[in-house]
Amino acid sequence: MPTLTYRDALNQALREEMQRDPTVFLMGEEVGLYQGAYKVSRGLLEEFGPQRIVDTPIAELGFAGIGVGAAMTGLRPVVEFMTWNFAVLALDQIVNSAAKMLYMSGGQFPMPIVFRGPNGAALQLGAQHSQAWESWLAHIPGLKVVAPATPADAKGLLKSAIRDNNPVIVLEGEMLYNTKGEVPDGELVIPIGQADIKRPGTDVTVICHSKTVTVALKAADLLQEAGVSAEVVDLRSLRPLDETAIINSVTKTNRCVVVEEGWHHCGVGAQVVDIIQRDAFDHLDAPVLRVTQADVPMPYNKVLERAAKSSPEKVVAAARRVLYLD
Amino acid sequence: MTPVTAAQAKSKEKDTLLPDRQRALLRQMLLIRRFEEKAAEAYALGKIGGFCHLYIGQEAVAVGSIAALRDDDYVICSYREHGQALVRGIPANAVMAELCGKATGCSHGKGGSMHLFDAKRHFMGGHGIVGGHIPLAAGIGFGIKYKGGDQVCLCYFGEAAVNIGAFHEALNMSAVWKLPVVFICENNRYGMGTAFERVAALTDVAEHAKSYDMASAEVDGMDVFAVYEATQKAVAQAREGKPTLLEVRTYRFMGHSMSDPLHGVYRTKEEVEEQKKRDPIAALTHHLRDEGTMDQPAIDALDAEVHAEVDQAAKFADESPDPEPDALFQHVLAD
Repeated sequence: MPTLTYRDALNQALREEMQRDPTVFLMGEEVGLYQGAYKVSRGLLEEFGPQRIVDTPIAELGFAGIGVGAAMTGLRPVVEFMTWNFAVLALDQIVNSAAKMLYMSGGQFPMPIVFRGPNGAALQLGAQHSQAWESWLAHIPGLKVVAPATPADAKGLLKSAIRDNNPVIVLEGEMLYNTKGEVPDGELVIPIGQADIKRPGTDVTVICHSKTVTVALKAADLLQEAGVSAEVVDLRSLRPLDETAIINSVTKTNRCVVVEEGWHHCGVGAQVVDIIQRDAFDHLDAPVLRVTQADVPMPYNKVLERAAKSSPEKVVAAARRVLYLD
Repeated sequence: MTPVTAAQAKSKEKDTLLPDRQRALLRQMLLIRRFEEKAAEAYALGKIGGFCHLYIGQEAVAVGSIAALRDDDYVICSYREHGQALVRGIPANAVMAELCGKATGCSHGKGGSMHLFDAKRHFMGGHGIVGGHIPLAAGIGFGIKYKGGDQVCLCYFGEAAVNIGAFHEALNMSAVWKLPVVFICENNRYGMGTAFERVAALTDVAEHAKSYDMASAEVDGMDVFAVYEATQKAVAQAREGKPTLLEVRTYRFMGHSMSDPLHGVYRTKEEVEEQKKRDPIAALTHHLRDEGTMDQPAIDALDAEVHAEVDQAAKFADESPDPEPDALFQHVLAD
């Protein structure tokens, strides 16, 4: 099986979907001539031309809205944000236009559009460039939200997103673009709404998504050394959430830690915990714990930044607590 | 750049529009007027809820501009869009039923007064966030161009939307990408209760086009023929990939919405009365009488016909059912 970077897996997905469907086009800042700020769109301008690989001005609100309007005429826009931090400027178009169009038109205007770009903190980019937006976006009915952790998931979920007749938010891990993984040859379409067990285990469930899958897998290695078998459940999709996968795992292990890049308050983990306490209450042997970013804007200083982020050690500590080992 | 001047926009078009078309324009303006009066009544009776923004006083804008369109062109509006919806051909029944939240409404009761839609008629909605739909218009233009079509999109918004970033972003990209869009600013002087000059450094909206190297015109929005001619010219340019910004000077005779006062702290009763002398329907009926196109009995008969249509729409809305309970969860997502 070929090994690809996360970046190239996304590039493959875009290329294959654009070859497959002439109504798919990509627009965003630096996507064409510059080959993409993170090189996800490398080579696409040469292959598809400026009609379909559209360089925009720095005007997130405007070009997101242009994407929505284009989708109303039957096109399938893929709108790239250089980062989700900038996409906040376009939130009106995502929330008020894209997410509600089908509903408020009584079913007349489907909205087959993808909004994608890097999400989550990278390294020392400071407070305004280091944020995880999933809880904001997953809150909204009318949107689907995916956050792939591996190159294969990135490819398969982006392809599903482009083919979906609804607005799909694709949160790409900013720290994941260089990571490598096996990506099956040929058609790879991963249905939206399906979690994936990245590592089976029996003693404690660690629920995660995007970059925190890496964190959880490292934590599982550390726990294994202490004789604890952790099951790592990658949500992959945050709206819809795979409630069955969550419940099945917790029912098996009876203990759970939820880890995410975002802040604690009203985070994705809060929703996961809500599901667990409602549908797996009798199976729990300990309260569910959450590992999140510290409840502060991200500091620039390297030491402080590390302290603010979730880490394998923090996940291990939480797992040991739910196992009453500490 | 070839700006159309106000003087040019003072049209001779009225002489070239056939009498039948002139009568049709009057009928559409009367339909909007009577429809909105009926809507005000229904609102007062609690049959229409929420916000309801009436178009009384501005009829010549929707009627004159949409007269310049082909059936396959697109229209997108703000939340003051009952007039455009009616002129675009959405039956009064379906518009009134939507205002009343009924299943038979043009958005099946899920949209309401501010969110009228009709995909079949390329009526791309009423949109409720000031200026938020202006980029959508550019996107519709983008879609037309992408597919190699020669349609245009008319985009209506109030002058208050000009202070919003979305307006500027959309105009810039429309000009850069040569999109077939006509931006129609209905300058009725007030954003809710705030006079434009109190919050805008530049009050000649058409001037903003210069920032985007875009054609523009200032048009008398009380003269349906002037609106028609200016739009016709702009539409022709748009079909060639040249967007235009039209500033149509108009006035709303009602409050901002049905929950707002007609006058008070932000404008005087005298001002409203003075503006009513520019009533676009009165101006058109005068013209038609002067030209001998229609006499008063004919105008009265047309008005009665429109009254009956609106009464029927109100009856239809009254008698229509609410959406089924399971409609609540329908159309959140498409299949």
